[in-house]
This record gives sequence, structure tokens and C-alpha cells, in this order.
Amino acid sequence: MTSGPTTDPRAAAAGTATVPKRRGTELALLGFAVLITLVAQAIVDLTVTGSLTTELATFGLWFTALWAVAHLVVRRWAPYADPLLLPAVALLIGLGLSFIHRLDLAAQQAGSTVSREDAPVQLVWATLGLVLFVGVLLVLRDHRLLSRFAYTLALIGLVLLAIPAVLPASLSEVNGAKIWIRVAGFSIQPGEFAKICLTVFFAAYLVDKRDVLALASRRVIGLELPRGRDLGPVLVAWGLSILVLVFERDLGSSLLLFGIFVVMLYVATERASWLVIGLGLFAGGALIAYQLFGHVQQRVDSWLDPFEYYDGSGFQVAQALFGLGTGGLFGAGLGGGRPDQVPVAKSDFIAAAVGEELGLFGLVAVIIVYLVLVERGLRTSLIVRDAFGKLLAAGLSFAIAWQVFVVLGGVTGLLPLTGLTTPFLAYGGSSLVANFVLVALLVRISDAARRPAAPTGPPKPALGDAPTEVVQT
Amino acid sequence: MNAPLRRVAISVLVLFTLLIVNVNVIQVVRSEELRSDGRNTRVLAEEYDRERGSIVVAGTEIANSIPTDDRLTYLRQYDNGPVWAPVTGYYSLVYGNVQMERAANDVLSGTDDRLFVRRLADLFTGRDPSGGDVVLTMDPAVQETAMAGLEGVTGAVVALDPSTGAVLGMASTPTYDPNQLSSHEPAAIREYAAGLESLEIDPRLNRAIDARYSPGSIFKVVVSAAALSSGEYTSDTVIPAPRELVLPATSTPLENFGGSACDPSGRQSLLDALTVSCNTAFAQLGIDLGEDRVREMAEAFGITGEGFEIPLTVEGSTLGDIENDAQLGVSSIGQQDVQLTPLQAAMIASAVANDGTLMSPYLVDQVRAPDLSVIDQTDPEELGEPVSADVAGQLTEMMTSVVENGSGRRARIPGTTVAGKTGTAENAGPDHNWFIGFAPADDPQIAVAVFVANGGGTGGDVSAPIARDVMQAYLDGQGG
Repeated sequence: MTSGPTTDPRAAAAGTATVPKRRGTELALLGFAVLITLVAQAIVDLTVTGSLTTELATFGLWFTALWAVAHLVVRRWAPYADPLLLPAVALLIGLGLSFIHRLDLAAQQAGSTVSREDAPVQLVWATLGLVLFVGVLLVLRDHRLLSRFAYTLALIGLVLLAIPAVLPASLSEVNGAKIWIRVAGFSIQPGEFAKICLTVFFAAYLVDKRDVLALASRRVIGLELPRGRDLGPVLVAWGLSILVLVFERDLGSSLLLFGIFVVMLYVATERASWLVIGLGLFAGGALIAYQLFGHVQQRVDSWLDPFEYYDGSGFQVAQALFGLGTGGLFGAGLGGGRPDQVPVAKSDFIAAAVGEELGLFGLVAVIIVYLVLVERGLRTSLIVRDAFGKLLAAGLSFAIAWQVFVVLGGVTGLLPLTGLTTPFLAYGGSSLVANFVLVALLVRISDAARRPAAPTGPPKPALGDAPTEVVQT
Repeated sequence: MNAPLRRVAISVLVLFTLLIVNVNVIQVVRSEELRSDGRNTRVLAEEYDRERGSIVVAGTEIANSIPTDDRLTYLRQYDNGPVWAPVTGYYSLVYGNVQMERAANDVLSGTDDRLFVRRLADLFTGRDPSGGDVVLTMDPAVQETAMAGLEGVTGAVVALDPSTGAVLGMASTPTYDPNQLSSHEPAAIREYAAGLESLEIDPRLNRAIDARYSPGSIFKVVVSAAALSSGEYTSDTVIPAPRELVLPATSTPLENFGGSACDPSGRQSLLDALTVSCNTAFAQLGIDLGEDRVREMAEAFGITGEGFEIPLTVEGSTLGDIENDAQLGVSSIGQQDVQLTPLQAAMIASAVANDGTLMSPYLVDQVRAPDLSVIDQTDPEELGEPVSADVAGQLTEMMTSVVENGSGRRARIPGTTVAGKTGTAENAGPDHNWFIGFAPADDPQIAVAVFVANGGGTGGDVSAPIARDVMQAYLDGQGG
């Protein structure tokens, strides 16, 4: 599959203007996302400080320019890309920036000694992310090229994943999780980049091996079990995730990597038995880790009853729950609550701040924006023609979904707390930049998916077009 | 690969639905529970943004909120804090609120239903919302005299208006400064509290209502009431009063205070027995009356074991379990497991003073909106009639004799007849000293109970003078 069709996909664009590109829709929705962000920022300034600042104008110009550039680049170099991906991301980043700014102001009012403003820093990270986004779209004209570097990317991914584990705790540990590289005042979470590298590798690898992995040996209770000798890859992935759990004390990355791999394996082979095997393996591994390691037990205990451990490990979640409960249906209003009472509200617990100030309606709206982003990604996967693109789009989309589920589940007490960040929304440079790259890949694949087939290729336009007509956003 | 992809898409939908359902549970179903959790300081911070209502006594604000420049907009301050602390309690960032600050929190914070219309109006007019005021029934002269009387000892004083049940004074010592616990500096608050906790007795306990003690001889008033109400006794009925009483089915002799004889003849009238506080006479009287009649009378006075609210929460006073006649005898002189709060002791004196009708004690006279308009006025309520007016008259006569000729001489007020009963209760430490009484005996204006923990002397020596000062202070204020 790595060789793929040899035609240049761009050649097709000139001939067929019948497929709507929907760039106008994207532009309108981007404008909407930017508008909401600016209004949110203005409300924050007005309610917290009582006046509007000139910084708001600077921010507004910068933020608008960011998405104008993104739009123009997509219009020029990925004209058929899905029109909802970029606006969803813009809205999430904009809301995130508003909340980070709001928490900056709260810290200033509290007379905090650490009066560093994080919102401008995050805006710089977003800009850097956008540069990479543009870079990916410019350099990578055809996503299938990526599969050539699958093994290189796998190596890079593994190295990135392993670095925090081998670094001394002083350079890699924050709040108990060893998932950082801290150099010269900067903190990088290499796991965020490893996630993308490994997803690309999984896609390429599974496209190669899926025929073998789909072979069944026997049926047990309606499940077609794979052959014993084919268990190798899943065992390696499992071992890897267990290593992450043990050496980096990070349930989040561990769950994330293994979840992505198992789901991609399932999509590639169409064998539900892989899901069952994967689930069983993870449950077993988690159980053993629970019994062997104190920090895992502590996490689970404070998850089961955060209020019981209020003075210790349960404090964060308990405070988040207080914030959410106090927010209620409609929330305290932007600037009206006390989200700063939750420790690390800007990064891990930003969803709690959203729920406290925008209420149930605001938080559910954010979850739905994520849902839109993920389902558009999966839809891309559904309609893209090549197997590698299909698997990659599925893996990347599921990565977002799974990460959002694990993080929000942790914040709301549904799952044990993990060290993952809320994609796009939370403060954190590596996460933001990495997820920009992820979205660039999705945009690239969706462009290929909706682009009319090249005249020289097999004539199957209906596959790409029919669903596009249905969704008239 | 499209079939599993569709299933993945549906699974994602299910996962997100799970998230949304969970968030609904937290923000809707559990919202109230999480909002009102004592550890959730968000609501408290919101409360601090609003001007909290005042607690008012005789036209003076003893607790009010003043605006500050810091993040918690309003600071709670207590005028003459240590004197009123047993009643006001504190309003603390760290320790929450207690006593009146807690009991009347809805009014003071402005969330009370009776202030709803006002809140609605605030919303439309843009006026800053503020809390309502609570006007107490208390009398500054009574409170100050009581606190001064208890200075240097551990104890409590409760003064009631017998005809209404209005609480005129409620003192408890040692006391503390609620201003220190209500500041905006958590570190200073914790430090002050640590100082209080290191004391043998935590001053934050209001001993008038939060604690119960053996009453000793003041309980003889209840036994006398039971005897007179039975119809078999009058204050002149002569009852046995031996030097020693060997309790039924035991070999333990019960003696009088100091081992003396109550009367050389070994018999004396009920009136004389109360006057000299004869232990053997009352132990035998209790046994003769039987547990049922003693217990019924105690319950009629409010000693039911159940707590109640005035609106501060009052511990329930109790007789304890009485298993045999020996225990009944000891219980009849206020020992064994009989445990009263000082407020309950005052209620006994108050019922006798009010012709046998017990009024429900209350502390809040009025609730006022922020514009000072009265939105609620407390009407006095009868709690019951433990004794008839006739029995109350005989008890008054007997208690007057206690002060005129007996153990309560030091409660006498020149020009005014005082009725009372002393109590000296044995316990693990030095004796507790009690006095309950009222004045003037013929037209009672004030009923008091004075309790001094482990005072070591007698009720007559230690507690009666404090009661006298408190009653005199009130009567002087009424007369002038």
C-alpha cells in the first residue's frame, strides 16, 4: 500500500469544479468562532477588571490574523478539506484562551507572587502551532507519502516516549507524573508528539499486515479468535503501554496509546476479537499495576471517593466537583465564579472552569464541539479512498475522542485522574502544537477524500460525493 | 474497513454521551449537595461579597459588616465581642459559622424566603443585595453583669423573661473574641483557634446550651412540684428527714450536706426541707412518689432528653435511666444521671415564676429587612403548664423561704423579695455550684439560672451572688 496511486492528486482539481469546496462555509464559521472568542474575552475583562484594555484589540487582531492565514492556506493548498475541522479547533482554542486569560486575572487579583501571564504565552504557542500546520500542508502534499517514513516515525515516537522515563525526576516529573522534559524554563510533554508519530506508524504497519492479522483460527462464543502467533504486535503495544504506566506513572498516555492501537487494529482487521483481547489485556495489566504500585492504588482510591481524600489526593477532583456543582445549569457567568480554587485549573482542569462559569450548557456545548471535530475526522476516514489514509484518519480522530473522554472523565470523576491535557482548550505548548499537526494531517486527508478522483484513476466519484451533499452546514 | 469505522463512530458517540450524562448528574442532580458542602468556599466567598445583616441588641449592632479593600469585600466585626460571643458565635472563613451566625444565616446572608421580594427588587434596580437584620431579645445590662459575675470562673448564666420566654441574658465563660476568628487572614485565624484549642475547656462552647451538668439540689424544685401536684402533699406536709437514709436494697447511707441533721426530730415540713435543702427528705420523697411521677414532672418542665432550638441549638436535658429505688432516691436530689443545661435550669425557675406556665425560650425578637422594615416579629409561645397556679404559688413560697431563711441568703435584694434554690452538685472534680431563682417573687420580671463549674464552694456562696447582681441589674433598668 505504501506505493499507492502514482498520479498527482492536484491534477484532478483543474478539471472538475462540480464538487463544492465549501471554503465559504469554513470562512463564515471561522468568523463565528473568532467573534465568540472576542466577546468572551471582552466579558472576562469587563466582569473581572471592570474595563476594556487595549490589549484586547491587540489580541483580537492577532487571533483574527491567525485564522485568516489558516483559512487562506487551506483555500490554496487543501481546497477540498472538510470545512468544519478548522472552525471547531478555532472555537476550542479561542475559548481556552479566554479561560486562561480569566484565570490569569484571578491570580493577579489574589496577589499571587507568580504573576506570569499565561494567555499571551499560549497565544504564541498557538501561532507556532499554526506555523507547523501551514508547514505540514505545504510540505506534505499527499498524506500517503508519510507511510514511507513509518518506521522512522515509530523510532522517533518511541524515543520521545522513553525520554521522560530515563531522565531524572527533577527534569521530568510534575505533580507525580514523569511525562515531561523540562529544560531551561520550558516544559515539553513529548508524549503528545509520540502519539502522532506512533499513530502514523500503526496505520502504515496495519495496512501491511492486516490480511495476516485478520486470519482466524477458531470460533469461541461467536468471536473469531486470531491465530496465537499473530498476537505479537498487540502484546508489544500492550507491553509498551504498561511500561509507560509503570515508569512514567501516567495512566493517561498508557490508556491513550493502547486504546488507539487496539481500535486501529480492529478497524484494519474488522475482527471484534481484537477489541476483546485488548480490553482483557489492559484490564489484567491495570489490575496487576494496582496491586503492585502504591501510586496507582492512591489514584484509584481518590477516584472512588475524592471527598474521603479531600485533604490529599482527592482535593483537586473535589474542588472541580464543587466548581461544577456551584456552576449548575447556567454557570456563574464568565468572570463570576471562582475557578481559580481548583489547582492547575489552566491546564488539567480547564474543563472544570468552563463548567463552573458557563454551566452545564457551556460544558456540554464544548463536548459537542469536540464531538463534531471527531465525527468529521471519522467521516473523512470513511470516505477517503486509500487504506492508509483511512486508518490514519481513524486513528487520529479516535485519539482526540479518547483523549477528551479520558481527561473530561478524570475531571468529572468518571475515570481515575490522568496526566493528559484537554486538546486545544488547555494551557500547554506541546499539546497545542502537537494537536495542530494532528489537525493538519486530518485536513490533508480530508482534502484528498473529497477531491474528485483523478481522471486517470478508477471512476468512483459517488463514494466521495454522496455523503458530502447530505451535510449542508 | 467501513463497517468497523461506523461502529467506532457510534462508540465515540456513546462515550461522549456518557460524559454528558455524568456532567448532568454533577451539575443538576448533585448541584445543591456540592454547592452547600461546608468545604466549598465558593458560596462563602459569594456571601462575603454581600453586605451581611447585623445582629442587634437594644438598638445597638453587636455584629455588623463593614466594607474593606481586600478581595473578600465585607469584614464581619463584633462590638464588645467577648461579652456577646456565646450568642453571636463567629463567621469564619476557616471554621464556618456557629451560634446565631449559623442559626440566622439565611436572614443575615439575605437568602431567606421572607427577603425574596426584596432580592427580586435588587435585581431590577441594580441595588447591591444585602442581608436582613436580626434583633435579639437580650438586655445589655443583664448580659454584661452576667459576664462580669462569671469572670475568672468557668460557668454560664441564663436569664429569661418568665412571662414571654424571651432570653434576656446568656453568658458563658471562659469566652473568646469572635473578631479574631472572623478576620480575612486564614493564618491568623488558625493561630488564634489553636490557642483556644490548647485550653482545657474550649471557649467556643456555649456552656449555657451546648453542655449538660449534674444539677444537684436545684432539681428538688422539680420533685417538690411533683409532690405538690400529686395532691397528697402541701408545703406544710411533714415528711421524714432522718440524719441518714439507707437506700433501698443497698447498704449505702445517704447523708445530708456536711453530715448534719435536717431537724433534730428527724421530721420536717416540705417547706423546711427545701429551705435547708434536706437530702434525706427529698430522696425519700422521690422514692415515695415513684419514678413515673418524678419523670412526668421533669418532662413537663422540658427535661425530655430531646434538644430544641431557640433558634440556637440547645442540648436535650435528661434524667437518665433510673433502674431502681436507690437510683430514684439519688436522682431526686439531682445526682445520679440527671443532667441539665443551664438554660433548662432557668426554664424551671421561669415556669414557677409564670404561675406554672412554661414559655418557649426565644432569642430573636424581630427580623428586619435591610431598609429596617420589620418582616417578622416573634410571638411568645406556651410550651406547656407543668404545674397549676396554686402549686406554683406554694413553690414560690418555698423558694422565697430558701432565700429569706435558707441556703440562698446571698441572693437577697434589699427592698425586693427573691425566690430561689441553690444547688451543689457532686461530680468527678470539685462541686458544681448552682442557683436558680426569680424576682420579684410576687411579680416576677426575671428568672435566672447561674452555673459555676467546679466552683468548689456551695451554690449559696458562689452562684447566688451572681444571680442577685444579674436580677438587680435588670430590675434597676426596668424601674429607671
